[in-house]
Amino acid sequence: MNEVNPHSSIAEQEIWTLLEEVKDPEVPVLSVTDLGIIRAVMVKALSVPKKDQEVLITITPTYSGCPAMDVISMDIRLKLIEKGYRNVQIRQQLSPAWTTDWMTEEGKSKLKAYGIAPPNPRQQYCTSDMFREEAVPCPRCQSYHTELISQFASTACKAMYRCLDCREAFDYFKCH
Amino acid sequence: MNANTFRYCLHLADNALVLGQRNAEWTGHGPVLEQDIALTNISLDLLGQARNLYQYAASLYNGFNKAEQQELADLIPRPWKSYNRELQEDDLAYLRDERQFLNVLITELPIGDWAFSTLRQFFFSAFQQLQYQQLEKAADPHLAAIAEKSLKEVTYHLRWSGEWVIRLGDGTEESYSRISKALKALWPYTGELFSRAAYEPSTDRMPTLEAAWMEKIAHVFAEARLEVPAGDWHQTGGKEGRHTEHLGYLLAEMQYLQRTYPNATW
Repeated sequence: MNEVNPHSSIAEQEIWTLLEEVKDPEVPVLSVTDLGIIRAVMVKALSVPKKDQEVLITITPTYSGCPAMDVISMDIRLKLIEKGYRNVQIRQQLSPAWTTDWMTEEGKSKLKAYGIAPPNPRQQYCTSDMFREEAVPCPRCQSYHTELISQFASTACKAMYRCLDCREAFDYFKCH
Repeated sequence: MNANTFRYCLHLADNALVLGQRNAEWTGHGPVLEQDIALTNISLDLLGQARNLYQYAASLYNGFNKAEQQELADLIPRPWKSYNRELQEDDLAYLRDERQFLNVLITELPIGDWAFSTLRQFFFSAFQQLQYQQLEKAADPHLAAIAEKSLKEVTYHLRWSGEWVIRLGDGTEESYSRISKALKALWPYTGELFSRAAYEPSTDRMPTLEAAWMEKIAHVFAEARLEVPAGDWHQTGGKEGRHTEHLGYLLAEMQYLQRTYPNATW
């Protein structure tokens, strides 16, 4: 869901590339583009020098109460200022609501390497049915022999699992 | 019409904020660490929903003309009037008095024991899911977006709290007696969810909502070996700002800092 619009300008594509350097403060291996929370990048007045170009970035929160959103907005602003953009506006948008399906494949492999099980595709499992456990492979030993400890973990976007083979507990970035 | 949207927004936000604040009292006191974290994560979600709603309410108010603002004078926090700036989300959360809060009474009741808190969350989440499903189709695009976003979170809350109701109801003698006691205490507060306040959109179909809610409750209760209580007498008043004695204490704690040090930030 993050593919750069083929009609976007070179300046916009440059900003998409810069945003890859802005990390999620809660899961620092992921960039904001890996997460899929950047919904749009627009640059107006291309003929003027960089510092006067109007940059409009639209972001969407992962969860309503995500405390990282303010930090992320600030980090994006700082990154762009560092690269010479002075006129930056960041807008939050709630609809369409963020889904883990917007996370990039690269983001998912980075998560796994970091020890967090990446989200399963939404169509596979996203239900309010009770006492149903999702088959989540252990990010360390790849075993599917795992069990849910809690649907909520260190942050709102993760659940806590335990591997019954290597006995390690791990975070699962839950499907949303 | 505009004034009603503002009131309705505050009502939805107050529900989320007050229950979020209540649940947060479990921080460090849950029966096991993972469940402590689960309930306080639900708090965080509710707080986020409340923020989105207060932000929208504040932007509505700031866009109103004098006459519309006048119509809402009863809900606007007094200390803010001396600030000489636009209304903000924090003013609405931290500076309104008890009678200006429009949350349903069930959200403000003290946390009780684990059975009481999880059963309350289950009743509320089952209702919130249905309410937001209607709101998602609302004509107001801002409210529809907030509902769409919140619904995904509510789905988790409902699942988690429903599992606890079953676990406790169909558990040991002790857990069954605890949740039965909680049910008796909470039931008279459930009817208010379906009594329409004057500011609530008339497109919300309360009887349909109530029937769907009852169905959900009955389904989980059947597994939990609990019976839906018979009595249909219900407490009301919260939606109009008439609260139990418990809300004042909650607000005193939550609002202390902003009232003592106006506009403090860190």
